[in-house]
Amino acid sequence: MSDRQVTPNRKTTINWRGLLNTLSPVLALVAVFELFVQIAPSSFATGRNVEMIARQTTIVGVAALGMTLVIIAGGIDLATGSIVALSTVVIAWLLQYAGVSPLIAALGGVAAATLFGLLSGVLITRLRVVPFIVTLGMMLVVRGAAKGIGREQKIDVDPTRLAWLDDLLASVPPDRSWMLLPPGVWMMILLALAMAALLRYTRLGRHAFALGSNEQTARLCGVAVERVKVIVYALCGAFAGLAGLMQFSRLTVGDPTVAVGLELNVIAAVVIGGGSLSGGEGSILGTLVGALIMTVIASGCTQMGLPNWVQEIVTGAIIVVAVALDRLRHRRTA
Amino acid sequence: MAERIDAHESAVRLEMQAVSKRFGATVALEDVGIKVAAGEVLALVGENGAGKSTLMKVCSGAVKPDSGQMWLDGQPYRPGNPLEARRAGVAMIYQELSLAPHLSVQENIMLGMEPAKLGVVRWGQVRQRALEAISEFDNPELTPDARVSRLSVGSQQLVEIARALAIGCRVLVLDEPTSSLTQQDVERLFEIIGRLKQQGKAIVYISHFIEEVKRVADRVTVLRDGRVVGSSAVAAITADRIVAMMVGRQVDELYPRSERPAGEVILEIEDLAGLQNPKSASLQLRRGEVLGIAGLVGAGRTELLRSLFGLEPVKKGRIRLGVYTGPASPVKRWMQGAGLLSEDRKEEGLALSLSVADNVTLSKLKGFGPLGLVLPGRQDRATRRWLEQLDIRCRGPRQPASSLSGGNQQKVALARLLQHDVDVFLLDEPTRGIDVAAKALVYKLINALAAGSPGEGREPKAVLMVSSYLPELMGVCDRVAVMCRGTLGPTHRIKEVNEHTLMLEATGQEATA
Repeated sequence: MSDRQVTPNRKTTINWRGLLNTLSPVLALVAVFELFVQIAPSSFATGRNVEMIARQTTIVGVAALGMTLVIIAGGIDLATGSIVALSTVVIAWLLQYAGVSPLIAALGGVAAATLFGLLSGVLITRLRVVPFIVTLGMMLVVRGAAKGIGREQKIDVDPTRLAWLDDLLASVPPDRSWMLLPPGVWMMILLALAMAALLRYTRLGRHAFALGSNEQTARLCGVAVERVKVIVYALCGAFAGLAGLMQFSRLTVGDPTVAVGLELNVIAAVVIGGGSLSGGEGSILGTLVGALIMTVIASGCTQMGLPNWVQEIVTGAIIVVAVALDRLRHRRTA
Repeated sequence: MAERIDAHESAVRLEMQAVSKRFGATVALEDVGIKVAAGEVLALVGENGAGKSTLMKVCSGAVKPDSGQMWLDGQPYRPGNPLEARRAGVAMIYQELSLAPHLSVQENIMLGMEPAKLGVVRWGQVRQRALEAISEFDNPELTPDARVSRLSVGSQQLVEIARALAIGCRVLVLDEPTSSLTQQDVERLFEIIGRLKQQGKAIVYISHFIEEVKRVADRVTVLRDGRVVGSSAVAAITADRIVAMMVGRQVDELYPRSERPAGEVILEIEDLAGLQNPKSASLQLRRGEVLGIAGLVGAGRTELLRSLFGLEPVKKGRIRLGVYTGPASPVKRWMQGAGLLSEDRKEEGLALSLSVADNVTLSKLKGFGPLGLVLPGRQDRATRRWLEQLDIRCRGPRQPASSLSGGNQQKVALARLLQHDVDVFLLDEPTRGIDVAAKALVYKLINALAAGSPGEGREPKAVLMVSSYLPELMGVCDRVAVMCRGTLGPTHRIKEVNEHTLMLEATGQEATA
């Protein structure tokens, strides 16, 4: 009897709060953007600038997709910046010295990145050392490997061998204005959709949430905990590799010293977007918004002529405030 | 409706009057009043969700009431937070112990009130005051320097009580203190409660176990749906009457028992041994049978189930589950048709931050969409069926499991085994910490599983159930075996044993009869 009274309520009560929860990072983004529209020079709100913000978000954004998965599963990957650098070096090396086609070179870079992600996953599960330590180690190992491949030098690539590789993140030329955004940005959007679907509609995604929420429960329920972890870190590596591809496209050089500390921006994006470092929470929409918020701030500050150190202070403050607000919201809903 | 409490002969130590509290639309407490005198034990009983915990949180300062007054020794008492309550002399011992496991006994006892000079802790005084507090207990395990994580659960609880004593508490609230204690520890605790009573402490004792209430309390107050339904001297009321007040109706047929035709042997283990426990266990379990495992906490019963299920290593022995032999991982065990209900609902049984639907379907995310996809809509549809059948009270399949009451959480954990449609149910303390109505449902369910229903083509299932609550084993099982210090004894038909003989066997004494 009581069941029947409960059922009709279901539809009316849940959704508002749920919707507000998903959209609150978006609202924050809109607010930050609107703030700069008001205070920054008029060049800020132009389509051109918006496109530039999108382009500048891509590298962090793509890497953050993989990081979201790892953080949802209750882990962390500190090697992301190093893997981005490694990926650029491998791509440049393959183009310059192995003379392969751009596509093969790109795949090679991503494959190398995936391999190192996989290695992190295997070490974490086999040695039973916490992810923070393993990936801290991998951060140095991978950085070293990148420097080794490049003999401590940048690898410059002959511009004729680049083909399409250098316009992934270039501004859209007028004759291709139908594209609206550069191909790299479209790639990020597609990858984001794929990752969102993976998280929501696949066993791997649901298992990742379960693992981050309560690893013991996941084990009890027959989730192949170790395998899921290895896959999660391998995927995170792969996304870092793709971010490396974007990075290479932007500078067209294999640079083993690039993207130092990038992983912290990536983690910040996930966390601003509502990811919890204790696992079980996070969303792709939130992560992308988190990455965008950081770029919007950087772009706005630049246009206002504020020096770099002000940007850094503002970004740092935003990270702490965003997470504090998120916790506050959680306490309300709990 | 409420029977009036007459003024007590001794001084009223704590009085709460007309306390009301709402959470959103839910009325947690309405016009509740209790009184405890110095040197008195008041038992507070009621189903989960009846308001006992909220009432005690009000009293210990963790929750602010919407209205109502409190007096402590005649003085108005209005704690703003738990710390103020403790300072005023009201200490609460929660069900989940709140100790710092890495610190020593003395550091835990004096935590937050270490005597110090210029910020430097005076360890001599710490030690002395801790020693004073633990000397009450006469427990060899409790030394000031012992690391708390190394102590048994019973001793850890004593550390909490010692902490309350060290601040000179006048009112001590114990929330389900015996739920994870061994029989010996329970006895020891009752002894200590008796001693504290003589010292003039007022004690509020929250419990599900009516037998305990009858033994330890002087008076009992029953809560239901946030109201006091009655209050009485313990000596003047029967256990049946208390239960009837708790549930609002007579509990007849708590343990239904249908015709259960024993089928083929589906689980067989022989001389199974794990790393530490079990040391040796042999049993046979048939379809259509409920086999109980009795024993003290720590005897190795949980470890037996866990090593069967692949959560702990098997050192030697043979296992056969259906057509499969040998040890296997949890992943395999689920595929082979066995499911384990964990004794630890919060830490292991459920992923609390996930939704009810995710928890129910977690063990088998298959068949919820094409191409191996998991479509949330289909998960929800599968889950709704169990919400209805098991009467799980929640807003819907997407509600986080953390926001459900204990009894409903347990039903969610059970629904997972049902959804997976396993043949062998390994149930570890299936009714721990849940209210009487939920218990009745679990007993009904276990009976229905074992009986099967040939008409609907449901085969009888096999149930292996660990419980520390003997009346429940006596009521539910067909056969029972006792585990003692890692060794599983012979199985007895339920008619051949009683609670007394089981307890003798569990404590390692040969039945003399």
